[in-house]
Amino acid sequence: MWQALRLSLQTATLATAVALVLGVPLAWVLARTAFPGRRLVRALVTLPLVLPPVVGGVALLLALGRNGVVGRWLDSAFGITLPFTTAGVVVAEAFVAMPFLVISVEGTLRTSDVRYEEAAATLGASRFTAFRRVTLPMIAPGVAAGAVLAWARALGEFGATITFAGSFPGRTQTMPLAVYLALQDDPAAAIALSLVLLAVSVTVLVALRDRWTGAA
Amino acid sequence: MTQKAVAVEETVPAGASGLDAHLVVDRGTFALDVALTAAPGEVLGLLGPNGAGKTTALRTLAGLTPLADGHLRLDGRTLEEPARRTRVTPDRRPVGVIFQDYLLFPHLSALDNVAFGPRCHGMSKAAARALAAELLDRMGLADHAHVKPRRLSGGQAQRVALARALATRPRLLLLDEPLAALDALARLEVRAELRRRLAAFEAVAVLVTHDPLDAMVLADRLVVIEHGRIVQEGDPAEIARRPRTDYIARLVGLNLYQGSAEGHAVRIGPGFAFTTTEELTGPAFVAFAPSAVTLHRDHPASSARNAFRAQVTGLESHGDQIRVALTAAGFPLTADLTTIAVAELDLHPGADVWAAVKATQTHAYPA
Repeated sequence: MWQALRLSLQTATLATAVALVLGVPLAWVLARTAFPGRRLVRALVTLPLVLPPVVGGVALLLALGRNGVVGRWLDSAFGITLPFTTAGVVVAEAFVAMPFLVISVEGTLRTSDVRYEEAAATLGASRFTAFRRVTLPMIAPGVAAGAVLAWARALGEFGATITFAGSFPGRTQTMPLAVYLALQDDPAAAIALSLVLLAVSVTVLVALRDRWTGAA
Repeated sequence: MTQKAVAVEETVPAGASGLDAHLVVDRGTFALDVALTAAPGEVLGLLGPNGAGKTTALRTLAGLTPLADGHLRLDGRTLEEPARRTRVTPDRRPVGVIFQDYLLFPHLSALDNVAFGPRCHGMSKAAARALAAELLDRMGLADHAHVKPRRLSGGQAQRVALARALATRPRLLLLDEPLAALDALARLEVRAELRRRLAAFEAVAVLVTHDPLDAMVLADRLVVIEHGRIVQEGDPAEIARRPRTDYIARLVGLNLYQGSAEGHAVRIGPGFAFTTTEELTGPAFVAFAPSAVTLHRDHPASSARNAFRAQVTGLESHGDQIRVALTAAGFPLTADLTTIAVAELDLHPGADVWAAVKATQTHAYPA
């Protein structure tokens, strides 16, 4: 059980990190630039919100599986295989969790004043410097709130994970998978696992959300 | 040999220091087309009503709004010229901006706000902070260096914004309504201080304002913009004495009429003409202060050479005087009277009176 919990916490945290690295620049592009097809990109980004996670897992298999569009190339060029590995769990969780982060950050960016970026530009800051030193610190609460949401979503991820990464104890069996499997032969254990997961989630959410999104 | 000389001439044309700009912006419903020049050390004031295009002009100078046509040269260097596909991005222009609400970065201390520009220009963190500390010290803000902007007063924030803009040693300083965010009391003090600092600034400064007092006090030369065009330019005293549009006349508090002059008479409209001391021919303006107007119940038998029937349309207090709005032969006219005079004449909206202006108190000039 502790093995599954530890794996869950690790993969959810890594997935949040991945979502931050990809999602924050993506949110900036969506909020601050105009390009043809932006609506389509936004729709694609938020697709995992409405897609059944199992379908998301199937999509990931088709794209990143050993015979998938990208997966085949990853395999032959780098010898990297994602399905049914811990890295695969992180990918599945990030795929499902990232929209929460992107939506939160994009919303904060839209309400933040573009003129601060202009002020930074008149002081000699490149767009990247302005983003890093002015915009990012100013939207930090929105980023943090988005990260907490994404982390919580990743921690509870089930469908995409079991489809894309399977359920190998110690490697890809996260808490929600362990709960589901335990439910079939040991319902009491399943309840215990559920309570542990619930306690961890509530503790983290209370601690982080209040600290970052409360009185800043 | 000759080629070399030409090349040198092209990079630094003789006498090309300062600002030389022809700003053209076209946004469909709004078009800006103004030509501005200013010498180093000069403070150029852009004055105009809201929506006239002052702030747009300022944004094009900073590079935040692209030009559609025209050119922008600073100290002989072309910063933007659409016809030649030249455009220097804002971060590479030697321009400092003080924004209307200052836009101090809220998450940085006053010191780090000022050090931001030098840091972006490649200065080390320690050197940038030392420079920022020195600038803040010179602004009398040494004690507030580590305070976040939201804990600064309006006047202090303005000084930090000025220090931040000056920290990159700009060759063009832009100020967008620098006093608008301040309350009346702070304005008085900050205006005097800003005037001192602008006088000491060695490069070009361009100031945008809709407040005539700020413009008169802070600028060496004024450019009045209405509907995206320059309607008048000159030194502040000249503009205050000889306004050329209703907007400027209202700003400087004068009655202004345009008509056609013949000798000592300027005919404005049917039944409405002024006798003036100046002798002119052709299109002309007549201007006079509201305090030069006297009101009477009967036709004045005084030495006032200009008298008309007028009707009161409104009254409002104006300092210790009453400002009376009237119409005379269909033209608006304002008069400043004492409270006693208003009471004695029993003035009220709709009242018919005689208005008189002495010829010696009018000022006529060619249109």
